[in-house]
Amino acid sequence: MNFLQNFLILSLIKVAVIAFILLTTLAYLQWIERKVIGHIQLRVGPYRVGPHGLLQPLADVVKLITKEGVMPSHVNKFFYLLAPFIAVVLALISISVIPFGPEITVGPVKTWMQLTDLRIGILFVLAISSVGVYGVALGGWASNNKYSLLGGLRSSAQMISYELPLALAIAAPLLLANTLSFREMVNYQDGFWFGFIPRWNVFPEIVGFCIFVIAGFAETNRVPFDLPEAENELVAGFHTEYSSMSFAAFFMAEYANMVTVTAVATLLFLGGWQPPFPSPYSDFIPVAVFAFGGLIAVFHGLHPARRLDKFTLPAAGLVFLGIAALFGLSLFVPMLKTILMALFWFCGKVFILLFLFIWVRGTLPRFRYDQLMRFAWIVMFPLALLNLLVTGLVVALTSK
Amino acid sequence: MTPLIFLIFAGIAVFCGISLVAQTHPIASALSLIGVMGSLAVLYLQLGGEFIAAAQMIVYAGAIMVLFIFVIMLLNAGAEATSRTIPLFTRYMGMLLLAAFLGLISFIIRSMLPKTEGVEFGAFQGGTALAIGRKLFTEYLLPFEVTSVLILIAILGAIVLARREI
Amino acid sequence: MPTSVPISWYLILSAILFGLGVAGFIYRRNIITVFMSIELMLNAVNLTFITFSYTLKKVDGHIFSFFVMVVAAAEAAVGLAIILTVFKNRHTLMIDDVSSMKY
Repeated sequence: MNFLQNFLILSLIKVAVIAFILLTTLAYLQWIERKVIGHIQLRVGPYRVGPHGLLQPLADVVKLITKEGVMPSHVNKFFYLLAPFIAVVLALISISVIPFGPEITVGPVKTWMQLTDLRIGILFVLAISSVGVYGVALGGWASNNKYSLLGGLRSSAQMISYELPLALAIAAPLLLANTLSFREMVNYQDGFWFGFIPRWNVFPEIVGFCIFVIAGFAETNRVPFDLPEAENELVAGFHTEYSSMSFAAFFMAEYANMVTVTAVATLLFLGGWQPPFPSPYSDFIPVAVFAFGGLIAVFHGLHPARRLDKFTLPAAGLVFLGIAALFGLSLFVPMLKTILMALFWFCGKVFILLFLFIWVRGTLPRFRYDQLMRFAWIVMFPLALLNLLVTGLVVALTSK
Repeated sequence: MTPLIFLIFAGIAVFCGISLVAQTHPIASALSLIGVMGSLAVLYLQLGGEFIAAAQMIVYAGAIMVLFIFVIMLLNAGAEATSRTIPLFTRYMGMLLLAAFLGLISFIIRSMLPKTEGVEFGAFQGGTALAIGRKLFTEYLLPFEVTSVLILIAILGAIVLARREI
Repeated sequence: MPTSVPISWYLILSAILFGLGVAGFIYRRNIITVFMSIELMLNAVNLTFITFSYTLKKVDGHIFSFFVMVVAAAEAAVGLAIILTVFKNRHTLMIDDVSSMKY
């Protein structure tokens, strides 16, 4: 019973930490997206609510909670309310097998920075994303609206079509690493070739990485594959008839799916929490990055020509310098160093991929639906098969 | 712990099975079937079949049932009009006889099996992807290749049946 | 009983699900629900395979279950295409109304 109690308490603590961090990240991911897309389109994005719009997600949450939830007539009430529930729950569950770092020792407890490690972790994430199609399909059908139905059907057909190249692109690093659990996959990718090139799966599997990222765009219904939910195509598609918290649920589910796809891409292809340079040299990079960013922010903020950002930019600069000091301090405390370095590299890579998602949204036009499906079945699926074939051939010929 | 999880998910499976038969709307039946598949996946995990549990969710609940739901949505299948005139006596007698039949089967199964061991979670470690892959590609290679031909035939059949006659 | 579940319980559950599948197959009139009852029967059989694979401590039951899943997928694809064709020609989904070849 003691073991069970320890395990339960540890799991509850981990759940609380991960849930808190994840939900805050989802809210601020929306802020980052609006700012980045705004700057790509030569405008500022949210600016007034709080310094540089930092309180905009809070304002949006309050607005969405206090809005009237309009349920249209003649909808099937049970399925109408079930669809956002399924979407959100499944999107949040798949974070539970993602490892953020190696094994750490906090006080008397030795644990991994992961909620739970399944021996079939990769299949679990695939299964959850397969069942996550129902949130979209049921939401579209239950709304009793032809635009929603079309949007829901198109979106779910797109999601199941792109699951095939996604799964085949996942299968190639599995052939290399010979394991289905995320922990082993990241452990396979440590070490360096010739002493300085990291042993990440992206270097042999660059085609697989590209296929995975493109299929990830389609799985999460992001541009350029977002025809089913585009505003000027299908009146917002499958979530037309949803308002207030149900709409927020679909929104949150889309961002959580994005985080999951980028986290899985990082773990499978980019080495997870492993640094790109050998350990003594790469420890100074977080300190350098944050210190540099902080100094630039302080310098630009103190320029006399800036009147509007006189206080916010230096404040942000000071925050960055504080984080740099924290990283510098952690170099002397080994336990803190493991946690912070692993978090920095993992979150850094995930944020780079999320920035790629947002960048593509601001840049590319969207596919027409038949072009999208054609692309999936005629280009991506054979390419993913070919990638798997070549990987299998190389592994078979070079192993004993 | 294992009996508790078994009872919960077996209860969910039976409840969803009854709901599949008793619901009038096909989409409700489809969702009940997905519930059955989900709870069966948990039971497979208990029996050590981790790969089969994941495959069940990916293939069965994530692809086949999506196909069912597409067809129901496209054909706009509505709730069945309950105009059946089966007399009440027959209906209840039928349920009673089904329950009696299942009770008899349960008794026979229990009395035929050796009473020695039970199922414990984690006792059977042979259901990993490695073990299945090994068996699948050495001993069961011929059925594997034949099923790939079968899937090809199914794809061709579905395309031929569902295409538009121009 | 405190830490382990008797094997017979799994087989009884499988029998109950199979019986429910047969009941749905015989009782329901909507052709898609009939098809779903067939899938329920196949799932019950899968559970039996995995249970016996546990009992005999071999992995062959898992492989048979895998093949059952593959065959069910192929059958679902072709069966749903047939249902679509029947609907296109008869404009009904009730199996009682597809009776033009009856006496």
